[in-house]
Amino acid sequence: MSEARVGRIIEINGPILRINLAGARNGEQVRIGSLDIVGEIIALEGDIAIVQAYESTEGLRPGETVNGLGRPLTVELGPGLLQGIFDGMQRPLTEIARVAGDNIPRGLAIDSLDRKREWTFLPCDGLEPGDTIGVGELLGTVQETETIEHRIMVPPNVQGELIDLAHVGEYTLEDTIAQIRDKNDQVHKLKLYHRWPVRIPRPYSRRDHGVEPLITGQRILDTFFPLLKGGKGAVPGPFGAGKTMVQQQVARWSNADIVIYVGCGERGNEMVDVLESFPQLQDPNTGRGMMERTLLVANTSNMPVVAREASVYVGMTIAEYFRDQGHDVVMLADSTSRWAEALREVAGRLGHMPVEEGYPAYLGSRLAAVYERAGRVQTLAGERGSVTLIGAVSPPGGDFSEPVTSHTKEIIQTFWALSKELADARHYPSVDWVDSFSQDVSIAAGWWAENINGHWDKRREEALGLLARDAELSRIVNLVGPEALSHEQQWELEGAALIKEAVLQQSALDDVDSYCSPRKQFELLELVMQVFDRGKKLIELGAPVQELAEHPLMARIRRAKSTWRSDETDDLAEFATEVYETLAALHSEYASSQEAAS
Amino acid sequence: MSDVEYRRATAAQGGLLVVSGVESVAFGDRVRVRDHQGRTRNGQVILAAEQETLIQVFEGTDDIDLENTWVRFLDQPLVLTVSPALLGRVFNGIGEPRDGRPPIVEGEQRNVNGSAINPAARNYPREFIQTGVSTIDGLNSLTRGQKLPIFSASGLPHNRLAAQIVRQARLPGEAGNFAIVFAAMGVSYADARFFEESFADSGVLGNVVMFVNHADDPPVERLALPRVALTAAEYLAFDLDRHVLVVMTDMTNYSEALREVATAKGDVPARKGYPGYLYSDLSEIYERSGRIRDRHGSVTMVPVVTMPSDDITHPIPDLTGYITEGQIVLSRELYNQGVYPPVDIAPSLSRLMKDGIGKDDTREDHPRVANQLYALYAKAQEARNLASIIGAEELSQRDQRYLEFATEFDKHFVGQGEDENRSIIETLNIAWELLSRFPRDALTRVSETDLAHYYRGGDEAA
Ligand SMILES: Nc1ncnc2c1ncn2[C@@H]1O[C@H](COP(=O)(O)OP(=O)(O)OP(=O)(O)O)[C@@H](O)[C@H]1O
Ligand SMILES: [Mg+2]
Repeated sequence: MSEARVGRIIEINGPILRINLAGARNGEQVRIGSLDIVGEIIALEGDIAIVQAYESTEGLRPGETVNGLGRPLTVELGPGLLQGIFDGMQRPLTEIARVAGDNIPRGLAIDSLDRKREWTFLPCDGLEPGDTIGVGELLGTVQETETIEHRIMVPPNVQGELIDLAHVGEYTLEDTIAQIRDKNDQVHKLKLYHRWPVRIPRPYSRRDHGVEPLITGQRILDTFFPLLKGGKGAVPGPFGAGKTMVQQQVARWSNADIVIYVGCGERGNEMVDVLESFPQLQDPNTGRGMMERTLLVANTSNMPVVAREASVYVGMTIAEYFRDQGHDVVMLADSTSRWAEALREVAGRLGHMPVEEGYPAYLGSRLAAVYERAGRVQTLAGERGSVTLIGAVSPPGGDFSEPVTSHTKEIIQTFWALSKELADARHYPSVDWVDSFSQDVSIAAGWWAENINGHWDKRREEALGLLARDAELSRIVNLVGPEALSHEQQWELEGAALIKEAVLQQSALDDVDSYCSPRKQFELLELVMQVFDRGKKLIELGAPVQELAEHPLMARIRRAKSTWRSDETDDLAEFATEVYETLAALHSEYASSQEAAS
Repeated sequence: MSDVEYRRATAAQGGLLVVSGVESVAFGDRVRVRDHQGRTRNGQVILAAEQETLIQVFEGTDDIDLENTWVRFLDQPLVLTVSPALLGRVFNGIGEPRDGRPPIVEGEQRNVNGSAINPAARNYPREFIQTGVSTIDGLNSLTRGQKLPIFSASGLPHNRLAAQIVRQARLPGEAGNFAIVFAAMGVSYADARFFEESFADSGVLGNVVMFVNHADDPPVERLALPRVALTAAEYLAFDLDRHVLVVMTDMTNYSEALREVATAKGDVPARKGYPGYLYSDLSEIYERSGRIRDRHGSVTMVPVVTMPSDDITHPIPDLTGYITEGQIVLSRELYNQGVYPPVDIAPSLSRLMKDGIGKDDTREDHPRVANQLYALYAKAQEARNLASIIGAEELSQRDQRYLEFATEFDKHFVGQGEDENRSIIETLNIAWELLSRFPRDALTRVSETDLAHYYRGGDEAA
């Protein structure tokens, strides 16, 4: 692209400006006016370029200058990303607070990554000057946090002959750690970081199928509606239903290597919540601090609208970068509806024809393109990595037929539909077992069979079947009253109630139950289904439903999830044995009294 | 530039005025408009182009004639002069005195739009505010720095509840009073007077700043009002270290004014004619609440939103709910049964409750008690529905117990006097009286320890 050029503002309409800039290119970054506000060219109309400003345009005047930077919006990729919080343009918010105080000033030019910090670089064994180096190839590593090894790779657009590779030692981001001569004899000085344009997906060598589920430690997700590593999931729900909680739980407990949490047009306090609480938590898989593998991109609802649109791409590009290092990355976007609204806002000001609820016709394709960047791949360096994308959706009025929800539903594989009724009844997570779906149950079943128990699939089906019966029977009860049901049917209602309370409900605020290992998930489900099956036989033998339902054991079963931690499944198994023995005793009691009667 | 008056108005409609051929006007700047009668109106630039400037006139564009309209650009954004002298004063929506006293001249001028609080500079709100209202304190606690709206509907006692909260709110164990910022948009004279008298009666007037726009005042001014009011609130909180409680009523009037201007501008509507940016616009207001690291004060917000046609899915309550940290929902049904405050707990929620209650803040059993009450209430609602179909006498014994619980709950826990200021301990004790109607085994959300400490049920309950 060409070098910096100067133009002029013609019109300011909120975040959208019309400017006159010779040689302007779509996607080019600009700096606007005396305030030096950041913007991006999003359309060209003859001599006029249309710019979206990432910062408030208040105080700008027509006639002020605009500088074309000749390059698109990029992110910096290198050590120092993790544990950080960045805004929608990848500016480091903690650093901004340090230099500029409590509020975010405009026009602040600040590096995304710390230039002063030194990192210990460990070059790869066996690399020698003269070696041919391909795109994405590994040059060495930096231990970024105790758990995360940051792999320093050749950027995807550089390859050639290695002239020089740094020795083990301390380097800052601006130090040259390798030099590569490409086939045009140009020498590239590589540093610990490089830049990548956010709107261009990073290349990989091949796309792979998902092979294993992402374990989130949430029963309703893992056991009932699994999502694969590298999969695409959505969490739609009305306000207050628990979307953010679901996302935060996944961020906390999932067995991903890296978590990228994008707060897109949501609350400032939710970001602080993560920043303050994650460092106190331990990753159940590694035992290390939860924050060590996490980074936040925060464009809260009160920050300029169009930066919201960028924040998702910023997050995604960082996610791909870690994927390229061979990591399993989870990216959470809360909320994709706010992203779509930013799109709508800009489209409206550009005069694009609205099709549904003010959204432009290209909403669906833009959404699909974002989700398409998720996936499990073979990296350029030949490793496996994945990006799992989970987007929250905030449908107006909780109406799932609105454009963003309905388009999203067509794109994703796993749909965790949150319900207002369940949330109002404080049934959390309020994931509705009727409206939710996962297209990857059979792949997940393979993993569960191999690692936990071969009956997972069957038990899951049975539980869902019982829940479906419950819905059916409840309808009958609500028409004609409970007396119309047979004893067996009444027991089915009790069984479903038990599944809901002992298995599905899982409080994020419960220290013991917030995370539930796959083993504990299965044990709880097995326990409840066994109780249901055995109870059914007891009912057939004439045991009163009421007596079983109010048996003191039931209260203990309901409390089991909060009684034993994930590492106490032996005690849980012991309890299960006790339950089975009690039921067996009841069984022989009823069996003999029935025999006596006949 | 500010000395020059331009007589170049070329269009006027719906609160918007177009001025042509004035170059280099800053976007967002304040404008003073003089009309044919010599009256001054205030405005703000909402589109600045080389050829044309679009101005939003706070007093509206009624009775404007294009020939005899003079426009002066003030070369500064809308500002409020902040000083401790704000307390005890009454202003209009753009910060001009409406109490007959002189304007505040000494103090710093602050842009009323503020700028976004850096999330990395925030502190998470954790300090429990006791409002003395059981449904709030016990089940949907308010914390310092939270934004917790009251969702109401016409004819329901939201103003009385808001006033009660203002009178009673305090931090357990802390003496200091809240400073109150009262932002009234499009309210009736009666409602405005009600609040004024309530502040006067409780002797807090000297701690209150009021920004008032009456129902018959210009609607466009309502767009500036909350921003002006919050500038005052932020000043009191973050410069003067005060804990500030902001009562904003009624956000529905605010949003309707926004729609009016948006329609006049020709903005693409999203739902029910409201512009797509209603969410962002409301966020700019609500997100100004909070706590900031290393600052002593806080901004706590209790906005009132009346739901058009009692519809919680209407864009205004809906988008508000998507931004605020919960909501207190009033119910017409409870109100008609004579329950005050008629808080419907099912759709009510406080998202910041989890960190503000429990062992060190209120009492250790508090979170589980709240959880248990909700679980029982949900069951009771099912029983109520069933009873309405098959009759209460047909219900099982278990369901009848739920039904009785619900009745007692509405009467004793939800219902309380307008002057009844319950401590959180009293609230929790009432809760346990209700819980003790059930057998122990039915209370699976509280812990065994809680039961041992607080459960008062006997054999007759079982
Ligand atoms: N798994 C859970 N365990 C315990 N509480 C929960 C859970 N999920 C949700 N909640 C409760 O519901 C509240 C609202 O949840 P959350 O903030 O996640 O809603 P949301 O769907 O993100 O809403 P919004 O769209 O307004 O952001 C939480 O503050 C918490 O009190
Ligand atoms: Mg949320």
